[in-house]
Amino acid sequence: MTRGKPDEEEYWNNSKFKAFTFDDEDDDFTKLKESKRAVNSIRSLVEEEDEEDDVEKVSWSGEPVGSISWSVKETESSNRSTGEVRDQSFPKIHTAPSLPKNSSGYSLSSLFKGKAKTGSFQSFSESFGDPSIRNYAPELRKPKSEYKDYVSDWTPEETVKRMQQGKVYSLEKFRSLQDKLLLLDEAVNAHDGNVITAVLIYLKKSLSKEILFRELITREIALSHYIHYLKEIGEQKLLVELFKSLDRTEDMALMQYRDHLNIRDENKRRDFLKNCLSLPFSPDDATHVQDHYTLLERQIIIEANDKQVESSGQADIFKKYPRKASILNMPIITTLYYSCFYHYGESDGTFSSPANIRKTFRISDKQFLLTCLGARAKLKAWFDVDALFTTKNWLGYTKKRSPIGFHRIVDILQKNNAPVQVLQDYVNLVEDAEQKISLAQKYKCHDVIINTYRDLKDRQQLIVYRGKVERGSSEYRKIEEILSNSQIRWKN
Amino acid sequence: MAHSVRRDAPELPDFSLLKRLARDQLIYLLEQLPGRKDLFIEADLMSPLDRIANVITLKQHDVDKLYKVEYKPIVSTSDQLCFLIRPRIKTVKWICDVVNTDKAFGRFRRYKIIFSPQKFYACENLLEEQGIFGDVTTDEWSFYLLPLDDDIISLELPEFFRDNFLEGDQRWVRTAGSALHLLHSVYGPFSKVYGIGRCSKMAYESWREQVEEGEQRARQAEIGNVFLIDRDVDLVTPLCSQVVYEGLVDDIFRIKCGCVEFGPDVTSSDKSIKVMLNSQDKVFNEIRNEHFSQVFGFLSQKARNLQTAYDKRSGMDIKQMKTFVSEELKGLKQEHRLLSLHIGASESMMKKKTKQDFQELLKTEHSLLEGFEIRECISYIEEHINRQVSMVESMRLLCLLSLTENGLLPKDYRSLKAQFLQSYGIDHLLTFSNLKQLGLLVEQQPGETLTVMESRVGKLVNDKTAGKLTDAFSSLSKKSNFRALGRRLNLVPKSDEEYDLRVPRDMAYIFSGAYIPLSCKLIEQVLERDGWTGLEEVTRMLNGHEFAVTAGSNGSDARVKTDSQRIILVMFLGGCTFSEISALRFLGREKGLKFIVVTTAITNSARLLESMLDNHA
Repeated sequence: MTRGKPDEEEYWNNSKFKAFTFDDEDDDFTKLKESKRAVNSIRSLVEEEDEEDDVEKVSWSGEPVGSISWSVKETESSNRSTGEVRDQSFPKIHTAPSLPKNSSGYSLSSLFKGKAKTGSFQSFSESFGDPSIRNYAPELRKPKSEYKDYVSDWTPEETVKRMQQGKVYSLEKFRSLQDKLLLLDEAVNAHDGNVITAVLIYLKKSLSKEILFRELITREIALSHYIHYLKEIGEQKLLVELFKSLDRTEDMALMQYRDHLNIRDENKRRDFLKNCLSLPFSPDDATHVQDHYTLLERQIIIEANDKQVESSGQADIFKKYPRKASILNMPIITTLYYSCFYHYGESDGTFSSPANIRKTFRISDKQFLLTCLGARAKLKAWFDVDALFTTKNWLGYTKKRSPIGFHRIVDILQKNNAPVQVLQDYVNLVEDAEQKISLAQKYKCHDVIINTYRDLKDRQQLIVYRGKVERGSSEYRKIEEILSNSQIRWKN
Repeated sequence: MAHSVRRDAPELPDFSLLKRLARDQLIYLLEQLPGRKDLFIEADLMSPLDRIANVITLKQHDVDKLYKVEYKPIVSTSDQLCFLIRPRIKTVKWICDVVNTDKAFGRFRRYKIIFSPQKFYACENLLEEQGIFGDVTTDEWSFYLLPLDDDIISLELPEFFRDNFLEGDQRWVRTAGSALHLLHSVYGPFSKVYGIGRCSKMAYESWREQVEEGEQRARQAEIGNVFLIDRDVDLVTPLCSQVVYEGLVDDIFRIKCGCVEFGPDVTSSDKSIKVMLNSQDKVFNEIRNEHFSQVFGFLSQKARNLQTAYDKRSGMDIKQMKTFVSEELKGLKQEHRLLSLHIGASESMMKKKTKQDFQELLKTEHSLLEGFEIRECISYIEEHINRQVSMVESMRLLCLLSLTENGLLPKDYRSLKAQFLQSYGIDHLLTFSNLKQLGLLVEQQPGETLTVMESRVGKLVNDKTAGKLTDAFSSLSKKSNFRALGRRLNLVPKSDEEYDLRVPRDMAYIFSGAYIPLSCKLIEQVLERDGWTGLEEVTRMLNGHEFAVTAGSNGSDARVKTDSQRIILVMFLGGCTFSEISALRFLGREKGLKFIVVTTAITNSARLLESMLDNHA
């Protein structure tokens, strides 16, 4: 640590200079010893020094050996710390970022932890040994500037403290790179994001970006603040450069991609997305962005076409169900739904056909079925709904199949106000008898219930159910008929 | 006043003082700009302002017209403009535009910006860059704490969560410290502080420094103990569906600053009404902490009682009737009004929840918490996504899946993400990136490398000498370890046991007996053990940063159970839910303690996840 100081004495006496460089390999054990010395030095200071002095000893490495401010209050408290103990003071605990890193295991925090474990507390005197716990508030008596010629005499630590307290400060004197970085590290150690950002703003103005970026690579907390600040003030370009120099290419790509949200015009947006295709996304994301571009491209075509068709009044479907909103910028599934609604049955070749959308965007069978079902049910196109599930086997028999449980299908149909006749066909397809009956009861599909009980040969349940339907209704008569059928071998 | 142990819970301190302090300071600040002025208020400061002052107060101090900040050109004709805002770049940018527009038109006005709760250098720097530093004076309104109820105090800083945990910006750390400092100087001195989480530790440090900078007056402590907890210590709890009345109301209607707006479906009239929800509402106060299933029974019993009270009228003579009208009727009417309101709300919630198959949703959540039938859960979530049901709900389930399972299998992650993007829009790529960054929704890393790395990093973290390393491996350490924590702390009771919600036996009742909120369980354990002893394994899984400190050396005094020792201030950094508050109230009743919840904001799953969205311009 070499610092040119005109008045070394003053530096020794006033500075709370604390060196902290990122790669500082100092040992906690040393720190501990220093802390002990610090405690000792406090005692002697209390006894010897007069009130005017604001003293701190600094080791050659720049580590403070101990310091204390001599405002009346402070004196009092330190006096007590040597003898009685002040009730209200709390010990300092290390917060991760400010931790010196080494493996000696002698850190104060581990010491402290040991204390905490035994359920005991840390006394003031112990905690006072930590150099960073020093109290000083010289302003309580008179402003520092009155007894200091230059504002610029404030150390990084003092400067940060003043900034935290909203007092006058000056960053101009931090001109060497080393000073700037010490200031930044001090701000980070103070855990005050506001001050960290303020220092970063100063560094942004006074350092070339290459140098600043280089230094930020090893300072993760400061880096987060810088990125957030740039985001907030909208310095996109600089942010891109920063990510590039950090080799965070995916972040860079995503951030650039984000910009499409600010583009209103759909054609410009599409062109912008096209340019995004060359950005260094992760392979998965690249596929999604490609989809995004393709989707918007097609939506623009579909929108132009449908708008024209709708206004010309050529197609019944648009007359019957006028479009509520444009399809631009809607998700893929909404687009598929739209296509199943307005463009059902079109050949695969057209961009607007469900089949084409399904293929282009690799939509799963399940997803396709759900969406299609929703759209066709909405239109009450029950025939189309049936067709969705009908498959022919090699003998030419037809059978209904579904990639999702039929109880779900019933649910969706019901939500689209399907009539009972339609519903019961699907309730019948539910395999689990119990589930079938509960669904049938929920949606009042009498036939299904009656037939199921009949098939289960459950006479008791049938009798119970007879009590639930209206006397003389067709259901009632049907139950009567079955109950009187002597061919059935009831199980109860 | 040191009595021996008393089982009844102590009285809570009176927090209305905080409101008075804030109001007085605001008035003082308004007077710093003498003369008539128009006041522009940031939208989300309006409700908090409402709680401590009213229009008359403002008018009395020469405020002419009130405007909401809307980021549009202004129409004010006043010569003095005052802006009451949060320290946000966006708002300051807008003010710069306003001032520069005036300048361009040669219009002279005086401007004052009052930042609440504090100003940021970045904002001032912007004023400087825009050439209006000096034209505009700035002040700080240290309105840190808004008491929302007898036992809830909010900083009303919903952005805390995103800023701190996603962006890694520590701008609010000192704010949290200052808030704590204010509480300490008015209701302290605190004698013990426990905490867990990086931000908690920093807030503690900031507070401690402020205590040392300031003066100390000896006074009788009203609050003895403090517990600080980071929201990211427990992200599972706020993502669960709330089923306790107050939480459910918040999930469905969104309680804003202690006030809720009930729509026509609740009021069964054609208009909406705004209702304050706090302990002053006697009906609400009795049901707020109840499991929803218990609320109907309670309300109908209450309705019957009310009927009986009304019925007393028949057979009264004139004199009795007079007394009845003058003494009881008003109360009964009031109760009647509240009762019908909460019955209406319950009905409306019931309807909404039945419609979205709430039972099945809860079943899935509980399976996730239990780690049971995960494949079924995944297909449920998949279908939820496929059907384009509420985007936030889908995201919530995905995050719960990831948090409880320590991440998704790569193939599940890819497929669910693709389907999510198809259903809700590809721009949610940005959301996924945020969720990953925060550790809410991640992909499991291929087996071995992770374990090796992790145990190595884990050890270092435990040594507490690896601050920098922790950061570097933060993505690894963000593993939630939910299953292991659940086993260690018995968070998930066995599902085959019957849980009687009428007589809750533990805090799990707030989630139908399926899960004890991790956050609250930690608080319980630490208070019981008076520290973290015996919880080493738990803290290791939570990524450390735990602490327990005692003031001074009068430890022997601290052991005496004075009233203040049984009042515990719990500060949630990043927000807490009403369900957690209910759980703490339950814990308080069980242990003869009183909890005061201080939170950066009231949150719930929707708010938390919406703060992660990035798909808007």
